[in-house]
Amino acid sequence: MDQIPINKVGDFLLVSLQVDMDDHQALLLQNDLTNQVVKTHAKGVLIDVSSVDIVDSFIGRMLGNMASITRVLGANSVVVGMQPAVAITIVELGLSLATIQTALNVDKGMALLQALVNKATNEGRYERLEK
Amino acid sequence: MTTNTSNRVAEIFTRYEQPILEDWLREQLAALTARQDLISEAELRRQSAELLALFIPACRAGNFTDISSPEWKAVLAFLSNVSRSRALQGFSPSETATVVFSLKQPLFSRLRQELSTNVDTTLADELWNATVLLDKLGLYTTEVFQKSREEIIKRQQEEMLELSTPVIKLWEGVLAVPLVGMLDSVRTRLVMENILQSIISTGSSMAIIDITGVPNVDTQVSQHLLNTVLAAKLMGAQCIISGIRPEIALAMVHLGVEFGDVVTKATLADALAYAFLKIGIVVTTTAPH
Repeated sequence: MDQIPINKVGDFLLVSLQVDMDDHQALLLQNDLTNQVVKTHAKGVLIDVSSVDIVDSFIGRMLGNMASITRVLGANSVVVGMQPAVAITIVELGLSLATIQTALNVDKGMALLQALVNKATNEGRYERLEK
Repeated sequence: MTTNTSNRVAEIFTRYEQPILEDWLREQLAALTARQDLISEAELRRQSAELLALFIPACRAGNFTDISSPEWKAVLAFLSNVSRSRALQGFSPSETATVVFSLKQPLFSRLRQELSTNVDTTLADELWNATVLLDKLGLYTTEVFQKSREEIIKRQQEEMLELSTPVIKLWEGVLAVPLVGMLDSVRTRLVMENILQSIISTGSSMAIIDITGVPNVDTQVSQHLLNTVLAAKLMGAQCIISGIRPEIALAMVHLGVEFGDVVTKATLADALAYAFLKIGIVVTTTAPH
């Protein structure tokens, strides 16, 4: 079974979903990603779903889960390049992915991630200053 | 009995094919006097001759009661072609059915001639069988006529849908979708797909949905709009809903319609200003040139 690669780019992790995942692969990826975030001290995770044509409720929920997990670990995550059909399906399935950040493509996703990280760093600095 | 009858009808057709065709044509032309601009006599003759040529062997097979049986297949196919083309040309349903019904007169007069000398077969039986058959075929043409009309209407509806949902690029990174007319679920679906597709193809991060032309906004319409906004957000673009007229705003509040945390603006201009703010574009006024 193919393992989905997780690449480190600067301070960020890039996960590119090149195939339509089955449930087992999705669970594997979730575990992998959790471990990698901890191991690499990544500040952000970029999940590229531009090659994904089909989602079901499980995969949809898993995207939400991955976002939540990274947040718990103190990192930001952005889902990029979602196809229209996939977006419509997720909305119609009634999955509330209100918490995930999105961007049109990897480029804009990186910029957003950088902005989020900068903001978080600044806030942290202010907090320290206030103390 | 049935076989006997049908053979007799087939016999008559075979023997008098040419005269029947002439009579039939005359009948059709008489019925269509006002319509000679739509179909020429030569065309009518060709159609009639072809139909008769298919009709006679089918008659000979002898099944007069069930036109769905295989021996009538060729006749039915030809009739549906004729009806369909007439529906497109703008004939009325009764004019289309006349194609078949006008065959009655020539056929019946031949039957009468032939059978008045023949005492062992009743004329009434023959006529009844032939009538039943021709009525069925006539009704069939009307049915096909109706069906092709419906197809035309359906196609036009689809074309109208296409026309009514343009996606406009207002600025680099800003799309606008002016919606005009009622929003039902089919149309919303199309709008949604159009917007999302354009977001991808133009790489726009802002999309303005203008509902100035939507006559009323109820809970269902707002749900549709909300779904579109959510889908766009999943793809990484932000949607703004603009063009909410005062009466619509009142009605929405009375109905308890909520757009949640979606940005809504009164006019397209406001929405554009907001979009500019979001993507960091500043518009300044200078002295007019």
